[in-house]
Amino acid sequence: MASGKRKMTRRTAMAEAARTVGAVCLGGFSLAALITSTGQADARALRPPGARPEEDFLASCVRCGLCVQACPYDTLSLAEWGQEAAVGTPFFTPREVPCYMCRDVPCARACPTGALDSDIAIRDAEMGVAVLVGHEDCLNYKGMNCSICVRVCPIRGDAITLEPGEFDGRRIMIPTVHSDHCTGCGTCEKHCVTGHASIRVLPRDLGLGGAGRNPAGRAT
Amino acid sequence: MIGWWISDSRRPGVEAHGLLRAHKWWVLRRISQISVLGLFMLGPLAGIWIVRGNFAASNIGGLVTLADPYILLQGLAGGTSPATPVVTGALIILVAYLILGGRVYCGWVCPVNIVTDTAHWLRERTGLTRDRKLDRRTRLVILAATLLASFVTGTVAWEFVNPVSLLQRAMIGGIGFGWAIIVAVFLLDLLVSRRAWCSHLCPVGAFYGLLGRGAVLRVSAANRSACTDCGACFNVCPEPHVIVPALKGRGSPLILSGDCQNCGGCIDACPVDVFRMSQRWAEAGAPTTGTGPRDDAPPGPAAGRDPL
Repeated sequence: MASGKRKMTRRTAMAEAARTVGAVCLGGFSLAALITSTGQADARALRPPGARPEEDFLASCVRCGLCVQACPYDTLSLAEWGQEAAVGTPFFTPREVPCYMCRDVPCARACPTGALDSDIAIRDAEMGVAVLVGHEDCLNYKGMNCSICVRVCPIRGDAITLEPGEFDGRRIMIPTVHSDHCTGCGTCEKHCVTGHASIRVLPRDLGLGGAGRNPAGRAT
Repeated sequence: MIGWWISDSRRPGVEAHGLLRAHKWWVLRRISQISVLGLFMLGPLAGIWIVRGNFAASNIGGLVTLADPYILLQGLAGGTSPATPVVTGALIILVAYLILGGRVYCGWVCPVNIVTDTAHWLRERTGLTRDRKLDRRTRLVILAATLLASFVTGTVAWEFVNPVSLLQRAMIGGIGFGWAIIVAVFLLDLLVSRRAWCSHLCPVGAFYGLLGRGAVLRVSAANRSACTDCGACFNVCPEPHVIVPALKGRGSPLILSGDCQNCGGCIDACPVDVFRMSQRWAEAGAPTTGTGPRDDAPPGPAAGRDPL
């Protein structure tokens, strides 16, 4: 580079170094700011089975799409700008195509980076958790015996059950999700008969409450 | 009619050697770029799965995993603990480009190169000379900035905006928003600055340029005594500064700069066959018959020079 041949005093060398460092920091922190600002949308994205926690996932996933191509049901896609996941990363929208919970988990097996755990057993996947978000529209709450979500669930009898309850003075059967069994595959959301699904899969940190800690710091 | 399509920088070559030979390396490069991309597209479009994935990481015939070392490097800066396949895949690519020349990726593989080459060709054909000069070291600053951003955010930072990946994903996985940034790169190269993206800004190229400093495969100005100072090579070259020491210096006739893409443009364009593909250890004792000790002033039109 020509700069190497230029006669350089210590002062100009230091000034140049400072300028370069400044430019690197400006560029680096601008990009970082852009990334953290777009990161707000990621809370809704559902990841393939076996995905590392979101913050680790974003450093591991190289956006190669091998999981997307491995999925036999075209469930997964790589996010584009403006979609709910970070650009280029894999996600799925269960209302369109849910995860069919292949036994051999081809998507996770295909991942070269470890962003998806290739040894995941599909029943242990935690893609999200189903939540009855719209109970006012749920037909069971209206006293009908719909129960579609319970019947389509691939982990039938364990992940969603009907529990007797009372609502509006009526005895009803309430679809109840058991998060220790639910993988978040989204089959219930896919088949929910209300126009806008009343049961929906949310990322687990959105969909679950937590035990939390009491003021003394002990788990309650 | 065909005369209009030939870029000015290749005219001396075409006159001396004919249309085909003056585009030999260009044709080979386009075949290479299109077939690499085509291999990736065969799966999703035609169901022929020879290659899976995209340029970030891929699986060849279910046997070998390849991965982009620059993306892995960002991941490492972001604090990931990568699995074995992506590490070995990145090492394979690393070694391959250490031999072939890092920026062979740019000239022979990357599809954005077709976009920017087209912009440059159109720029030349339409006589757009307005050129807001950029410092070609900007890309090193951007490279460092992407690693810093990866470290700060714990993500693969450049992949949030990288036009190179966006274009590949758009071609392989379906057309999306990413096209906007590709159009932006095209317009930047066409209207704002000569070869702005690939030769000045792209951190992917900067990364592979650093890799290419030790490359084995190199272009040599072996026959530099025949040089007629026509300037065709400087005009055709995406990184004209790399030619100067080899062609006009008194040392080795090899083009040793890591910025050289081994694209063979100079070989195509030269009407007197100064250049040829060679390797690093060849011609150590070649006659040094450059026109003089000036190793900083190319004789051709100034279009190829970056101000530093």
